Amino acid sequence: MQTIAEIIDRQGELSPSSLIPLLQAAQKEFGYVTDPAIAGIARALKVPRSTVYGVATFYNQFRLDPLGEHVIEICRGTACHVRGSGRLCDHLRRRLKLQKNGNSRDGRFTLLTPACLGACSIATVVRVDGEFHGNVDEEKLDGMIDDLSR
Amino acid sequence: MNIEINGRTVACHEGETVLAAASRAGIQIPHLCAMENSSVPHASCRVCLVEVEGQARLETSCTMKVREGLSVRTHSPRVLRIRRNIVELMLASHPDDCLYCERSGDCELSRLAAGMDIRGRRYGGGSKGHPVDVSSPAIVRDPNKCVLCGRCVTVCHDVQGIGAIDYTGRGFGTFIRPGADSGLDVSDCVFCGQCVRVCPTGALREKSAFAGLVDALADPGTRVVAQIAPAVPATLAAELGLRGVPEALGLLSGALRRIGFDAVYDTAFTADLTVMEEAHEFLDRLEQGGPFPMFTSCCPSWVRFVELHRPRFIGNLSTCKSPQQMAATLIRKRSAEPGRRLFSVAVMPCTAKKYEAVEVGDLDAVLTTRELGPLLEKFGLRFDADLEPAELDEPFAEASGGGRLFGGSGGVLESALRTAAHLKGESGKLSPSVLTPLQGDERLRTFTVTLGGRELRCAVVSGLGAARALLEQVEAGTLPLDFVEVMSCPGGCIGGGGQPRSVSEGGLKALRVKIRDADRREKLQGAHENRAVIRLYEEVFGEAGSRKSHQWLHRGYTDRSERP
Repeated sequence: MQTIAEIIDRQGELSPSSLIPLLQAAQKEFGYVTDPAIAGIARALKVPRSTVYGVATFYNQFRLDPLGEHVIEICRGTACHVRGSGRLCDHLRRRLKLQKNGNSRDGRFTLLTPACLGACSIATVVRVDGEFHGNVDEEKLDGMIDDLSR
Repeated sequence: MNIEINGRTVACHEGETVLAAASRAGIQIPHLCAMENSSVPHASCRVCLVEVEGQARLETSCTMKVREGLSVRTHSPRVLRIRRNIVELMLASHPDDCLYCERSGDCELSRLAAGMDIRGRRYGGGSKGHPVDVSSPAIVRDPNKCVLCGRCVTVCHDVQGIGAIDYTGRGFGTFIRPGADSGLDVSDCVFCGQCVRVCPTGALREKSAFAGLVDALADPGTRVVAQIAPAVPATLAAELGLRGVPEALGLLSGALRRIGFDAVYDTAFTADLTVMEEAHEFLDRLEQGGPFPMFTSCCPSWVRFVELHRPRFIGNLSTCKSPQQMAATLIRKRSAEPGRRLFSVAVMPCTAKKYEAVEVGDLDAVLTTRELGPLLEKFGLRFDADLEPAELDEPFAEASGGGRLFGGSGGVLESALRTAAHLKGESGKLSPSVLTPLQGDERLRTFTVTLGGRELRCAVVSGLGAARALLEQVEAGTLPLDFVEVMSCPGGCIGGGGQPRSVSEGGLKALRVKIRDADRREKLQGAHENRAVIRLYEEVFGEAGSRKSHQWLHRGYTDRSERP
């Protein structure tokens, strides 16, 4: 694995507009934007850490926490919302006792809520570790979690 | 150039904003995000909207430049309706706990709402549910009360050059916080408190020092003593319309005594002591060849700035404790009474002094100038000229004019140069070529002074943004310097983060006059003439820079640049 210093080196000529590419490169390497990455990028670009943090939290593409072993994405698009995807999220949060950042304490699961997964005809859509599932209700979701927990 | 505001012709300068032109013409357009000293307002609050003739869309007057033929209406029915709606939307997610808020009675947001006759909640927004950040010993941050005007971000980034806080998140989830999901204590913050002074609501405030103090004052088994920083009486004199610093000190001493303080000392006394030690240290460095430049160490935010952001300059900091901490040590060692607990209080124009007290020790509470009024009110007293004055207490009552100067930018260096000249056997009279820059009000002033046949290159800098720029020049070798006074707040301690919010950029001038006047009214010019200081050296320290004085009056520093 590369260090943040190496990632910054590879970027070449630095300017204030290097901020987002550097955040993307760091996330690609570490799976999320780590604290040392924020500190390193701030130092390299000579901007305050709070500014790097502000940009990283503004864009949905950046995560500031590691992903769990299994990533469950529940679509929050309009069609899925109408078919109860909000209830699905609440159910999962309760069942897995998810923290505010969507991670379970044991690091096994992460819940993400993308704005739309683009498969509205089979709402409610849930993507588990990259695999699509349509017409998901609480029972079906429980079944998938049971399988993953085994 | 002329523009028309509300049908009246107003003369204005090229390049100024409509907000500024209106203000000069006596028309106050309400605003939250725009500030006197920020060139680029966020235009985030939208409160300063005005109607522009011939244009359907309203414009923010804080960003709109004047132009020939411009005609605006600042208080038309349409503007008032929309402006009121904007404030109502701000209030939608603002907590309703004004009863318990520290800013109650002194809140710009509630004043704004009252001025618009907003007497009920039309929009119910969600509560933000952010935790209150009490992690630092100096500043409390409550993002729930924040209206996102961004003044704190502007002063922290643009004036102070620190950038400890910034906008994070987006949409309704936007809030201002340090550069990580954590508290101010582990952030880039140096606790200067400039953000606290500009915050229009209760979102940023100093950490209260009242806990324990009120009980201590009532307890006969506890000896409660206060020390008062030089900037505090200058501020009171200006605010209460008193003649000057001696009168304000007398009033303050009388007031504190009435609420139960056993003794009231003058921090200007230890300002003199600081100068004795610091002038000696500087002459020592001259003999030993450095390290130069030597930086003053009176300002705790500056010290923290070096420790946190520029640790390579730690060796350049004077090892002298600040006057607050020298006084704290002397009080602990010389003013305690057997059989009685000692409760030692400092009254400072500063939020960072609260941090310094925790860090260096020997103090039980640090009050800001702002906290004095509320403290007296707890005991049914009000600060006014009718309070009965009292003398300060020996042995820490006497101060030279030099000690009085510590309240403003340039004062420490001026006083140190007076004493250094004396120690070199020269007259303490400084030449006009030195005094003019010393007494100026620019953020950075440089000059040379001849001492013992040597040319010394000196600088006075105030505001951390200017200090950071100076360090960069020193690092690059483009600005060789020998002795530098640094104060973190623009203008020095009179512009401190613990000063009343009513002290504006313009108000600083009046305070500078009070400080200068206090110097002139003292019989003694320099610290070396202070008889109580001389006695202290005879009885305790022997001479400046002695082993004993190092034990009591000097300190070490920590490289804090490596953080988790």
